[in-house]
Amino acid sequence: METLLEKIALHQDYIYIVVLMIFLGIEVIGRVPSVLHTPLMSGANAIHGVVIIGAIIVMGKADPSNYLALGLGFLAVILGTLNVVGGFVVTDRMLEMFRHKQK
Amino acid sequence: MLLTVIYLLASVSFILGLKMLSNPASARKGNLIAAAGMGLAILGTIFLYEESDGTRLGNYGWIFGGLIIGTIIGTLAAKKVKMTAMPEMVSLFNGMGGACAALISITEFNHLAETLHQPHDVQLGEIFPASAAYSAWVGKSIVILAGLIIGSVSFSGSVIAWGKLNGKIHDFAFKGQHLINGLLFLVLLGLAGWIAGVYENANTTVFYVLLILSLLYGVFFVLPIGGADMPVVISLLNSFTGVAAACGGFLYNNKAMLTGGILVGAAGTLLTILMCKAMNRSLLNVLIGSFGGHAGGVAAAKSQGNYKEITLSDTAILLTYAHKVMIVPGYGLAVAQAQHACHELEKLLTEKGVEVRYAIHPVAGRMPGHMNVLLAEADVDYDQLLEMEAANEQFSTTDVVLVLGANDVVNPAAKTDPASPIYGMPILEVELAKNCIVNKRSMKPGYAGIENELFFQPKTSMLFGDAKKVLESISTEIKNL
Repeated sequence: METLLEKIALHQDYIYIVVLMIFLGIEVIGRVPSVLHTPLMSGANAIHGVVIIGAIIVMGKADPSNYLALGLGFLAVILGTLNVVGGFVVTDRMLEMFRHKQK
Repeated sequence: MLLTVIYLLASVSFILGLKMLSNPASARKGNLIAAAGMGLAILGTIFLYEESDGTRLGNYGWIFGGLIIGTIIGTLAAKKVKMTAMPEMVSLFNGMGGACAALISITEFNHLAETLHQPHDVQLGEIFPASAAYSAWVGKSIVILAGLIIGSVSFSGSVIAWGKLNGKIHDFAFKGQHLINGLLFLVLLGLAGWIAGVYENANTTVFYVLLILSLLYGVFFVLPIGGADMPVVISLLNSFTGVAAACGGFLYNNKAMLTGGILVGAAGTLLTILMCKAMNRSLLNVLIGSFGGHAGGVAAAKSQGNYKEITLSDTAILLTYAHKVMIVPGYGLAVAQAQHACHELEKLLTEKGVEVRYAIHPVAGRMPGHMNVLLAEADVDYDQLLEMEAANEQFSTTDVVLVLGANDVVNPAAKTDPASPIYGMPILEVELAKNCIVNKRSMKPGYAGIENELFFQPKTSMLFGDAKKVLESISTEIKNL
């Protein structure tokens, strides 16, 4: 119990971020008209592509003689980039049509 | 220092972007803002990231190589994909993110295991401060293992969802599958707990077993869920990947990853629940009840009724002399790429003084908002799209309803037949209109695999054929009137 409380105190900034982000995520999406559900899902999909940062760090830290780490990191960077770039481009394509029609 | 500010800016851009995405007027700008924040975070990481001991990142060739390859393939795929295949594409991109998170976990676990098992005179206490050694191992490995499991499940699940949506993979369920899924889930948790609990267990064999079982779990998790429920599953897997990305945020003390990941995790979960609500089902019901698998018995008995067909020229006359026409688009419209033909017909009718509206069911197509995107592509005016509640108020004053490739969302069984698997789902009450013309390719049941008694009602006429060809023919007929 003591150690658990200690852990919570030690990592309180993370816990705050997590809790606040959960509420924010719910709040932000709660007012979305159903018209925008597909673009929104696609946009959120692109945002979790932020995992690419982890892939870049893994790749950058890899020992150049460790081929397994290099290979895995390289694949991770490619897949992460696909998620980010593909996600944002697809979302933009969808939204472009919405805007076009509003004129 | 500068990097901290960059990550802060990126986090704000994600929140702002998501918020602006929820308003039609600012949505596109919101997407660009989030993209700009992401670009900034990526560049910042490459050039400014420092380990705690001050070492910079290396392997720039590999990093930029990967970025360039990913950008080219991603852009091409996103630009080439047809609007109808959008849900599949989102699912696939989501799977890529999950795989990325899993790969990060694999590399980091290998790294951690190596550090622990170096045979030379490094003591554990030198890697971690002595007192904190064990708890640091537990904390780090939990985050790594969570990233691995969630990322892998998201990856294999998304690939299965992708295959189901484009028809490559069919629904598959066997007896006791839920039991096996449950057991598999417990095994995953047990193995992960065992690896994290004892640091002598930092052995990669068990870790890879966990990886394979996680991938399997993703497959088993999605396989028995009916194709009609895929949007819900994709949305759920989307939020999974968000959580997997957040695990990376804990691992690298990276607040941009953490905020982005948790934000998507929370928003995705809510979106999933909203989608279930639109179908009046609980999330649990979607995940457990293999929808459409056991509806055959009831449905077969009802398929005996008679239906009547209508010719193209009769349809054209009926539409032209109506005061008010309501178009109900469904997945059939998307498959036939008939949105432009549909808009042509609508313009033609409007010129003739007919009031034309579209009735959009929230789960029409394969994703919420799928129909809106499709019709927007064809330049259909925003004001002509009615949401379900608004449309249901207007059906009683509508002369002709034209159902284009929609089925389950207009099935009256959802209101009248408690035995029906879709009982309780809100539907578009098209039977209130004076006439109903249903365009389908055949009498085959819809995605939920159940018969639709609407087709056998006296007010309903069937118009068989590919939606695009049928709509073009009707337009020609109207011009010739």
